[in-house]
Amino acid sequence: MIEYIEKVGKIVIAIAEELGRILLLLFNVIKQIFLPPFEVRNIFKQMMEIGVKSLPVVIVTAFFTGMVFALQTYTGFQRFGAQAYVGTVVALSLTRELGPVLTGLIVAGRAGAAIAAELGTMRVTEQIDALETLATNPVKYLVVPRFISGLLMLPALTIFADMIGIFGGYLVTVGVFKASSVVYWKRTWDYLEVSDIYNGLIKACFFGAAIALISCYKGFYTSGGAEGVGKATTGAVVLSSMTILISDYFLSNWLFK
Amino acid sequence: MEKGESRVVIGGSGSGKSVILKHIIGILKPDKGNVFIDGIDLKTLNEEKLYDVKKKFGMLFQMSALFDSMNVWENVGFVLLRQKKKKPAEVKEIAIEKLRMVGLVGIENLMPSELSGGMKKRVGLARAIAHEPEILLYDEPTTGLDPIMADAINDLIIMMRERLSVTSVTITHDMNSAYKIADSISMLYDGVIIETGTPGEIRNTGNPVVRQFVMGSAVGPIKIEGVSNERIFDRA
Repeated sequence: MIEYIEKVGKIVIAIAEELGRILLLLFNVIKQIFLPPFEVRNIFKQMMEIGVKSLPVVIVTAFFTGMVFALQTYTGFQRFGAQAYVGTVVALSLTRELGPVLTGLIVAGRAGAAIAAELGTMRVTEQIDALETLATNPVKYLVVPRFISGLLMLPALTIFADMIGIFGGYLVTVGVFKASSVVYWKRTWDYLEVSDIYNGLIKACFFGAAIALISCYKGFYTSGGAEGVGKATTGAVVLSSMTILISDYFLSNWLFK
Repeated sequence: MEKGESRVVIGGSGSGKSVILKHIIGILKPDKGNVFIDGIDLKTLNEEKLYDVKKKFGMLFQMSALFDSMNVWENVGFVLLRQKKKKPAEVKEIAIEKLRMVGLVGIENLMPSELSGGMKKRVGLARAIAHEPEILLYDEPTTGLDPIMADAINDLIIMMRERLSVTSVTITHDMNSAYKIADSISMLYDGVIIETGTPGEIRNTGNPVVRQFVMGSAVGPIKIEGVSNERIFDRA
């Protein structure tokens, strides 16, 4: 019995410790954002890595998600004669849910893994210590640019995902099912509100910041050589994805209620 | 330590040598005790002031720790590029000059992955001296190099002290290197400095622990971690 309590206790302490360290890193990052020098060049470089280079995958994912969504809703809604509302359903689900969440998951898998692996390797090869000896704050130099890029690029990518997804839905509804193009767009714009879009983008900002912070944290505190880097990378993707999916419920509950 | 002195700290693996260097430069904070640099206690400094003190240091890492996302001259000119007081072209000139000081010519545009271990060490040294530090720290500078390359690095360390008149702290377990570059040698054992002396004094020490270490003997008061002494004595 005591053994079990000990085990549970150890897990609880480990979780509390990890959360605490992530929060401390977050406070440090926020402080460093406002202190000069501002890492403009680094921020642009990271925006390229996290944002621009993720765009092709995001476009393909959103396009096919929009198409399959239209396909499924059209055939489903046909059963009770509501196929005119496919445009509405596609637009609402993409802007409110699928756009930010799918983009988040893709970036967590692509950029999150890359961040954790890069910082993890820098840690185990003493490059992060070397930064300190060259009078450079590693949080400012490495974490801040990635954090800002995540925060800004996720909503930008989400805007693309929203548009491309809706377009994919349009192609299937009008192209495959020969539904009216006018009806599709009218139903889309009639019920889509600006708040759907920007609340979706707020979610995306949160996801972007979370992915960058978690991945940087995992990379920054890597230990144990090549195996440690592998663990950090896996850990970053798993924890980022879980954070996105779990926080999505609570954010939706707060933003769309 | 005196200004301009070259101190070598010797000790076995896991005796806390690297930890000493990280405390000196302020990467680690001491649980107990204090570190004084030019009379200033590092513990009393806030983060920004600590980075000012760090500018007095240059450090050569065991595995060189070059930034693999940058080429050689960007590595060497890292601090100068970040200070933005000079144009990149000027920084490149300075980097080439520092590289020449450590005996490297024509490699400034290569990436670290294209260099051999000895070259990486030299580039690491050029990076450490690029911002003209007052104190140089060497973390096992000759580990992993062939004897000839190791001796060339020793010569470089001596040259740095003579030409740049820097204070240096070297941690190593390479006794040839220690005798050659040191003004004084300290032996670290179990987290405590047990003896300090000139290379001559250390070579002829009466302390059995130091004696065993400098002679490089497996038999003696120092226990080898994870190996029972009986087995060694059996073999001996």
